[in-house]
Amino acid sequence: MSTATPIETKPAPPPSDKLKVRVNGKEVEVPKTTPDPVSGKPLPTTMIQACFIAKVEVPHYCYHPKLPVSGNCRMCLVEFGTPAIGPDRKPILNPDGTPKIAKAPRPAIACATPLSPGMEIYTDTPTVKLMRAGVLEFLLINHPLDCPICDQAGECKLQEYSVDYGQSESRFVEAKVHKPKRVDLGPRIVLDDERCILCTRCIRFTRDIVGDDALGIVNRGSHNTLTAYPGRAFDNNYTLNTVDICPVGALTSKDFRFQMRVWFLKETKSLCTSCATGCNTVIGSREEKIYRYEPRENNAVNGSWMCDHGRLNYKWIGREDRLREVCSPQSTALSPQSAVLSPAERWAVAVRGIAEKLKHAPAGSVAMIVSARQTNEEIYLLAKLARALGALTDSVPRILEGDRLLLSADRNPNSTGARLAGIAADPMGANLPKIAEGIRSGHIRTLIVLGEDVTRHGIGADLLGKLETLIASDILPNETTRLAHYLLPGCAHAEKRGTFTSTKGRVQKFMKAVEPPGDARPEWEFLRELASQVTGQAGAASIEGLFNQMAGEVPGFHGLTWSGLGDTGATATI
Amino acid sequence: MPQEYRQILKYADEPGYTPDIECYLRHGGYDILRKALAIPPRNLADGRIVTGPDHLRQEVMTSGLRGRGGAGFSCGLKWSFVDRKSGKPIYLICNADESEPGTFKDKQIIYKDPHQLIEGMAIACYANDVHLAYIYIRGEFAEGAKILNRALKEARARDFLGENILGSDYDLEIHVHRGAGAYICGEETGLIESLEGKRAYPRIKPPYFPAVLGNNTGTRIVSISGHVRKPGYYEVEVGKATLGELINDPAFGGGLREGRKLKAIIPGGSSAKVFKAGEKFKIKRRGPDGKDAEQEIELLNLPYDFDSLIAAGSMSGSGGIIVLDDSTDIVEALANISEFYAHESCGQCTPCREGSLWMSKALQRLTHGEGREADADYLMKIADNIPGGRTVCAFGEACSWPVQSFVAKFKDEFVARGAADEENRTRRNAGPTAVGKLPASS
Ligand code: SF4
Ligand code: SF4
Ligand code: SF4
Ligand code: FES
Repeated sequence: MSTATPIETKPAPPPSDKLKVRVNGKEVEVPKTTPDPVSGKPLPTTMIQACFIAKVEVPHYCYHPKLPVSGNCRMCLVEFGTPAIGPDRKPILNPDGTPKIAKAPRPAIACATPLSPGMEIYTDTPTVKLMRAGVLEFLLINHPLDCPICDQAGECKLQEYSVDYGQSESRFVEAKVHKPKRVDLGPRIVLDDERCILCTRCIRFTRDIVGDDALGIVNRGSHNTLTAYPGRAFDNNYTLNTVDICPVGALTSKDFRFQMRVWFLKETKSLCTSCATGCNTVIGSREEKIYRYEPRENNAVNGSWMCDHGRLNYKWIGREDRLREVCSPQSTALSPQSAVLSPAERWAVAVRGIAEKLKHAPAGSVAMIVSARQTNEEIYLLAKLARALGALTDSVPRILEGDRLLLSADRNPNSTGARLAGIAADPMGANLPKIAEGIRSGHIRTLIVLGEDVTRHGIGADLLGKLETLIASDILPNETTRLAHYLLPGCAHAEKRGTFTSTKGRVQKFMKAVEPPGDARPEWEFLRELASQVTGQAGAASIEGLFNQMAGEVPGFHGLTWSGLGDTGATATI
Repeated sequence: MPQEYRQILKYADEPGYTPDIECYLRHGGYDILRKALAIPPRNLADGRIVTGPDHLRQEVMTSGLRGRGGAGFSCGLKWSFVDRKSGKPIYLICNADESEPGTFKDKQIIYKDPHQLIEGMAIACYANDVHLAYIYIRGEFAEGAKILNRALKEARARDFLGENILGSDYDLEIHVHRGAGAYICGEETGLIESLEGKRAYPRIKPPYFPAVLGNNTGTRIVSISGHVRKPGYYEVEVGKATLGELINDPAFGGGLREGRKLKAIIPGGSSAKVFKAGEKFKIKRRGPDGKDAEQEIELLNLPYDFDSLIAAGSMSGSGGIIVLDDSTDIVEALANISEFYAHESCGQCTPCREGSLWMSKALQRLTHGEGREADADYLMKIADNIPGGRTVCAFGEACSWPVQSFVAKFKDEFVARGAADEENRTRRNAGPTAVGKLPASS
């Protein structure tokens, strides 16, 4: 068994020596070595890496920048030459003084061949094109070509390169090799062995990144068949990444299979919210419905991967019983006229009602429990409010078992943000019994709850019943929302914009993919209104402005700006 | 008249020669190991010390001893590539996975003179500071594995293996590992993977272009099979016999059977490109005046050595000479060879995995009445997309060279076979003639 290495930010390599090579005549300077994707050890830079730097595409199937090289598909074959050396061991020069290049008699695979100084790589010669066409033809002869029903259609490398290098007609007249079509590899993965081009990406990922020797190839020659270890299910927390890296439609996700043609999906940059690691994601949605999460590359956080647990944790967003209506005693009192209020009016009534309550609340009579699943901006606004009210605050810790690859034991996506803003106690959860006690003794009269069912964290329905005012915002109904006097339907992260701070202090932003249901609004919007009504300070009205304002006030975020976060975030001082 | 020159097989077939250690010792066995272990270190004038192993390696380098694995690579040079400074253990592996069709030379040594192999290994190990060695033996050689294990046990009992061999302070252990029953386990990196308990997928290697080689030395065992009167293995001095002599000489193959004519020769195991009877080659050779001159040489006059066969467009490869006389159906012969390679491709890399089976399927069709006139060109196009550095290992060449050479040299036979099939199909499809067919009643 190989040992897997957890992904982490590697220290920048020492300024390595450079090397000059030519790609299709164009000179590029590239580092002599490139870190190994698994061990981080410096390895000689390869032709394909030089081509990438030169922005010359080399078609490939088995090569993946995040995996050990295998060199089996042979799609990346190129021609090359090296400076000719004379009998005196000195380079032979052309009449114009340039080094004479000795063209290699045989091609080389770009993905595995190390560079040497002065090397010339040719990726577009007639020979190279012929070799590619040959490899592609070989890959296609036994391929079932079931594109019309294949989930990979639209993101398939076979389709893509066939357009570039394929022939329109097959000369293959033999019977195709048949292999198992619907192999149940594990709880989340189905394999079509006929579509598999045996590139071993899935095997290498599972063995070398995850450390699970679950996949392998059996049989021989054209009958080679990918399979899981006999009698064992392919079931680790990272199996769905193999679906992403499979260049064809051989590995499919049971969850996504046949759900949607990929070209209909809108893609939105987002984050996973299922643990504190903060894996970068892309949300695939269509017509306000989410169909899948996929990992988005961020080498400071998750590489190119995400865990299955986080990836599949999206269905709750579309649940039928989502909280849709903003409720307040004021609008209820107006009943049945409340029905004729517009959502905006309902919100205005509710926020005004809460503001009035809070303004008149005696110091120390208000407490807040703010989920560490809320965004930095939301937590920041609540922290401001808490300070104005002298409120006792806390968040709910969620500690389970983590693993050594990505999954953090901390299942809150924003514990660090809650700590930085000063909402969470130290340790998180330490104030929860104090709040319970305050309610019991009667000096806490008002409780603001964001995104938690506190009845499951030591503040039961009996205690909630003693409160004068219970203000709750959430996404799905629970015991706390059921008992709330003010109920403010909030948004899933996919329905708003904002930032989270990961366990390692990476501040990252996410974008809005779908519309929230009913009255539901991004929490930062109504919290901003509430805070300004209570404190009398206006505060920024856009998420960008709010973030920048927060960065100015919260020491850990000093120096950060919304635009400066880019797609992959920036590091807070934690 | 060239004769057999037996060095390696000197005693193997002598009456009464047995594979046990007593017999080997009676024939001077293990004397050289004893001598090698006794070579004292020498002090050089500059203070450096030449150890016994250093000395042995130098001897091997100057002797010009070359590998017998087809490429004829210099043994001393190969040893010089070993990194002795890394501090990591060095292993020696004996590749006894003899699997190339038409080749049965290693088998003779293993079955008849196992101690010679063991002694040779022990000397090589001592010279290279190896303390653990393996004999990777073809899985099908079950009896051979038994013989070797017995021999190893005997050698251990006599202090030729194990700890402190012959009081020299040198330790060596040799293990026999039975192969996984696949041709590709004989590819050196496939073999290592297999030995490590993994699937025998050959490793990718940096591009390597064989250097120009000097003259051959020593002897070589050739395996002659097919349509000769005396098929068998013959040990010859490299370059001393021609292909024709090996096939026809009474000392060797003994000629073709009565009334048969030569049709083709596969000169170096079934993957070598075929020669057609009557072929002539223009080959550069060094004349007595020391100058290179182009000479025309007939097939049967080709000296059986590494360079001449390469120059003639094929190779001496595994030393397996397969002779085909005029009774041979050349299409069937190729179909047979291709089926073997399709079955043995490890399937790691695309061109060989898909191409080897594709060619075999086409040839099965062609030999089972479903051929097409165009199949000759069709086969050639498939074969052309496999070799020449497109594959991970040389198996790409092994599976495509036979097809390329057979089809190129016997194209008329392939075309004729396909055309005949097409004609037969047209006749069948035309169905019974219209005679006797009744007009439709009205
Ligand atoms: S299933 Fe996909 S990733 Fe795995 S070997 Fe086959 S083609 Fe490659
Ligand atoms: S490791 Fe954490 S952040 Fe990443 S996908 Fe899994 S649950 Fe989500
Ligand atoms: S050339 Fe053939 S035998 Fe060699 S690695 Fe490729 S598929 Fe395997
Ligand atoms: S990408 Fe280089 S061999 Fe597959």
